[in-house]
Amino acid sequence: MTRYARFVPAIYILFLLLPIYWLFSMSFKTTNEILGGFTLFPQQFTLENYRTIFTDPSWYWGYINSILYVTINTVISICAALPAAYAFSRYRFAGDKHLFFWLLTNRMAPPAVFALPFFQLYSAVGLFDTHIAVALAHCLFNIPLAVWILEGFMSGVPRELDETAYVDGYSFPRFFFKIFVPNITSGIGVAAFFCFMFSWVEMLLAKTLTAVDAKPIVATMTKTASSAGYELGLLAAAGCLTIIPGAIVIYFVRNYIAKGFALGRV
Amino acid sequence: MVTKPDNLGAWFFVLPVVLLVAFNALVPLMTVVNYAFQETFGNNLFFWHGVGWFEDILRSERFHAALGRQLLFTGIILAIQIPLGVIIALTMPKKGVWVSVCLVLMALPLLIPWNVVGSMWNIFALPDIGMLGYTLNWLGFNYNMTQQPLSAWMTLIAMDVWHWTSLVALLAYAGLTSIPDAYYQAAKIDGARPWAIFRHIQLPKMKRVLTIAILLRFMDSFMVYTEPLILTGGGPGNSTTLLSIDLVKIALGQFDLGPAAAMSLIYFLITLLVSWLFYTVMTRHDNA
Repeated sequence: MTRYARFVPAIYILFLLLPIYWLFSMSFKTTNEILGGFTLFPQQFTLENYRTIFTDPSWYWGYINSILYVTINTVISICAALPAAYAFSRYRFAGDKHLFFWLLTNRMAPPAVFALPFFQLYSAVGLFDTHIAVALAHCLFNIPLAVWILEGFMSGVPRELDETAYVDGYSFPRFFFKIFVPNITSGIGVAAFFCFMFSWVEMLLAKTLTAVDAKPIVATMTKTASSAGYELGLLAAAGCLTIIPGAIVIYFVRNYIAKGFALGRV
Repeated sequence: MVTKPDNLGAWFFVLPVVLLVAFNALVPLMTVVNYAFQETFGNNLFFWHGVGWFEDILRSERFHAALGRQLLFTGIILAIQIPLGVIIALTMPKKGVWVSVCLVLMALPLLIPWNVVGSMWNIFALPDIGMLGYTLNWLGFNYNMTQQPLSAWMTLIAMDVWHWTSLVALLAYAGLTSIPDAYYQAAKIDGARPWAIFRHIQLPKMKRVLTIAILLRFMDSFMVYTEPLILTGGGPGNSTTLLSIDLVKIALGQFDLGPAAAMSLIYFLITLLVSWLFYTVMTRHDNA
């Protein structure tokens, strides 16, 4: 059994890469070639699809908008989750268990249904079609996740650290930022990665809450699919480019990814 | 373990989180509850309808059919992804450069926006120009996702396995790496067979992360919307119309806000109930 064991992940990764390869090769084909029939490699190699995306503002602004709200969301989620995770990991307080489960339940609401109330809510407070609106809306599912991951990492830091710092005369804010946060940087990295990922891949709320000024790349893509007929090559190129930011982020946190959930609560 | 001190001041630390999440959760939820008990004839005129919508939904065959399809989908997904993820985690390299390579490559599908996943598989499966559809037909299988319900289901499941098995594998791998080497050495001295090692060492050590994995996979597959909508649009016919797709058809397609809101509350409660039951059963020994 052990001799053949290494083939399992190899075959699995091959299965993962096939559709991605297909998308990648399609992005270098002309629309005519794609619709003409099945070809494994691009016959008429073209960079036209990528050129369109990098020169047309409505395309590249989609990427900029997406990156903007994903970044804002990650910053808000981590900043809010840090003190909360500290409270959950260090203290008991009235309703702490219920609060924790309530936070988790927010991942269970069918987002498809809440799209309309979200639209009404953000229109009412005048934030519709801003980056902040999408960033705040994504907090709904990212903050619980960030609290959960950070709490796991913080519980791994011994309490003696806190007590020694107080004996040495550190005030709480100084202790928290000078001593405690540097101790859990890998946890912050993992939490930030998951916030980035879930905000980046979500489309329904992002699309509902924006119109023109903050339109995300995923919405730009669906618009193209319906209005300009089937520009499959262009869609494939845009799809390939959506993989890149995530791939960069995962490269930086690859060593902490596995640890992030191992230490988590439950 | 030292017990944590009681401190009501800790509420100030959680306050930002509570405010942010409550802003996003309570107002939309109350809006939905509001719609669920009222009847409207347009022009913002609403009338009290009591639990009428709930009775209609719970009796309607359309809801039963969509719920049945949803349960079937989630059941198949869990039955494939959890064992497969565990097997991949068990066979992954434990040390060296290949660990990083495996982790990064496996995480790729998780990072692709959901609508891109949907359209990518849609084109991938087209029988005339897509790689998968073309190859299957070339091999002699009669495969056409847009016309045969069975093909559509198989594509749907293949897509979800492709998309999410890595999450289970990553979590299981995280659980495995936390097992100290001493455990394996002890098992070796006792002459334990691989199955015994798995059953008595690896599986118990993975229980925590597998609980998280099953919970996350249950919640997300039960609410899956974007990918199947783009892949099959719920068709052919209604054969792949999962609960969330049906819900949006009612809410935005027909603009029946009352029934849609009632249905989404039932939906939410089912998810909540199953998750809570599972969470309680899996963690009942932890605090004993």
